[in-house]
Amino acid sequence: MTSASASKKSTKNQISPIITINKLNKWFGKFHVLKDIDLEVNKTEKIVICGPSGSGKSTLIRCINRLEVHQEGTIIVDGTELTDDVKQINEIRSDVGMVFQHFNLFPHLTVLENCTLAPIWVRKKSKLEADELAMELLTKVRIPDQAKKYPGQLSGGQQQRVAIARALCMQPRVMLFDEPTSALDPEMIKEVLETMIELAESGMTMIVVTHEMGFANKVADRVIFMDEGQIVEQNDPKNFFNNPKSDRTKLFLSQILNH
Amino acid sequence: MTETLSKFQKIPDREPPSSTVGMLAWVRINLFGTTTNTITTLLFLYVIYLFLPPFLDWAIFNANISGSDRSVCDENKSGACWTFVKVRFEQLLFGLYFATNPDQIWRPITALFTFGIILTPLLFEKTPFKKWLLLILLTAYPVFFIFIVYGGAFGIPVSDTGQWGGFLLTFALAFVGIVLALPLGILLALGRRSQMPVIRALSVTYIEFWRGTPLITILFMASVMLPLFFPSGVDFDKVVRAMIGITLFQSAYTAEAVRGGLQAIDKGQTEASMALGLGYWKRTIFIILPQALKISIPAIVNTFIALFKDTSLVSIIGLLDLLKMSQSASRSLEWNGYDIEGYLFAGFVFWACCYGMSSYSQKLERKLDTEGRTE
Ligand SMILES: Nc1ncnc2c1ncn2[C@@H]1O[C@H](COP(=O)(O)OP(=O)(O)OP(=O)(O)O)[C@@H](O)[C@H]1O
Ligand SMILES: [Mg+2]
Repeated sequence: MTSASASKKSTKNQISPIITINKLNKWFGKFHVLKDIDLEVNKTEKIVICGPSGSGKSTLIRCINRLEVHQEGTIIVDGTELTDDVKQINEIRSDVGMVFQHFNLFPHLTVLENCTLAPIWVRKKSKLEADELAMELLTKVRIPDQAKKYPGQLSGGQQQRVAIARALCMQPRVMLFDEPTSALDPEMIKEVLETMIELAESGMTMIVVTHEMGFANKVADRVIFMDEGQIVEQNDPKNFFNNPKSDRTKLFLSQILNH
Repeated sequence: MTETLSKFQKIPDREPPSSTVGMLAWVRINLFGTTTNTITTLLFLYVIYLFLPPFLDWAIFNANISGSDRSVCDENKSGACWTFVKVRFEQLLFGLYFATNPDQIWRPITALFTFGIILTPLLFEKTPFKKWLLLILLTAYPVFFIFIVYGGAFGIPVSDTGQWGGFLLTFALAFVGIVLALPLGILLALGRRSQMPVIRALSVTYIEFWRGTPLITILFMASVMLPLFFPSGVDFDKVVRAMIGITLFQSAYTAEAVRGGLQAIDKGQTEASMALGLGYWKRTIFIILPQALKISIPAIVNTFIALFKDTSLVSIIGLLDLLKMSQSASRSLEWNGYDIEGYLFAGFVFWACCYGMSSYSQKLERKLDTEGRTE
């Protein structure tokens, strides 16, 4: 794997880690969801996380922007450790984009307003600047003509692309995706995956929870398999799919691939 | 290639059968569709036949409105005595001070008229600068109202609030109650859902305390007990005391109405705005409240309507609101015996205001419904 040699000093090195997770443990009440997670993510790296339902994938990536609070271990994002400091949390969140399974667009705002709200109020951009950037990114996800519509008037695939554009408008350094295509009809999955592939090609650092193995194969630098709150195995996609090292991984792969 | 496929033929659109469209069809289907339906309709028509004509005879066809004292009414007892309402109109609307000082009556008229002028454009969808108008109504207007109705500046003589009465008092109490209780209620509702235990406990205690206490008790306390908490020199105005009591009471109800809206908002909305780096107040103001308030409009307006009617309880601390004023006017020596007319008039004014609020809230609900949430 790639980052073993990377030291804690983050120089302008290509392979310096942008996210460092050390001995992360999290409980929901008494329930131990995440166990001793160690993970380093380098700049421009694309990571796909898969695993059975309830294995803690969502919880793990939600810890990275502190939508969930962890109890043990450290998470360092772009040189800043996640603590209770609200100001720091908001700064990290504004640098970490997130795309949700159910889009979570703001239904009372137009597509354009969805994309400009945070740039204006968090990044302190002028409305003009924010509008320009939003239109540029909406064009990138190929829905500039929907800018004046409300989310409810769009198809699921279009909504998810707006959600991606909304996150990109903050010009984040990392993008987190939590099963971005699993709430979509089959014919719309493709358009969203294409958008994500283009984003990956542009050099964005991405952590993607997904069961789209075609996407993993094509884009991922590393595939991580989680079960029972642990990282069971991680490898480059070719080795991951062709010769899994753990029996648990093998079973999981046989289940999703034969499906 | 087309040989094996049969050609698609579009069947031209036809009108629905004439027996199912139009007025008559509607009446036949909805009012006489089934036996039960028919019986209900006929019974209803019979009840109307029994009560409506006599009422109309009394209230309109045989009613008296001429003259300026009770002699006309006393001669014709078969009709209502609107003369009473006509003669005492100023008193019923504006209270004793303005009724007895005709040269000052322009003040409440101007105040209420201005309210109408600011409010009317707000009712129409296409009005520009609505937000600013609303802001004026909620901030500048109350100041204007005090200046012009209370007076005491610019050579306008003071009208003692103890002399305020009738619709003017009802309006002032309800307006203050509504305008102050809304922001207070929103804060309380947010507090009740706060992550901070102390704030949550305080909000819950406040809300449950005021919701559990009848308004009458609160008005009593406001009028009797509030002065005890202040040094004896400080003399609290009676109307202001009532306003404070009403606001504290009303804010608890508004809070519960708003909480209902907050609860209906998907958790994903908060998470998405958090993920964008928006802090608590920003996501509350831009994301959560606009959606929550929209959902709670019917419940909030319900509490407004209830409040508007409840203001008549201030008669218990000796204030003459519209209802009490109608009653006391119809019990004066000159008009003794015509209380029905007084009550009807007061009832009609209350109904008109509440119905207005209710239909506006329905309209607003439909307009704000960008997601097709209702229906
Ligand atoms: N807020 C919560 N409170 C208590 N338990 C929770 C909470 N959120 C998740 N869990 C539990 O934690 C475990 C891991 O949840 P998580 O959502 O991370 O799984 P996942 O791998 O994303 O699964 P899926 O594929 O179904 O999305 C599950 O057993 C879930 O029931
Ligand atoms: Mg999940």
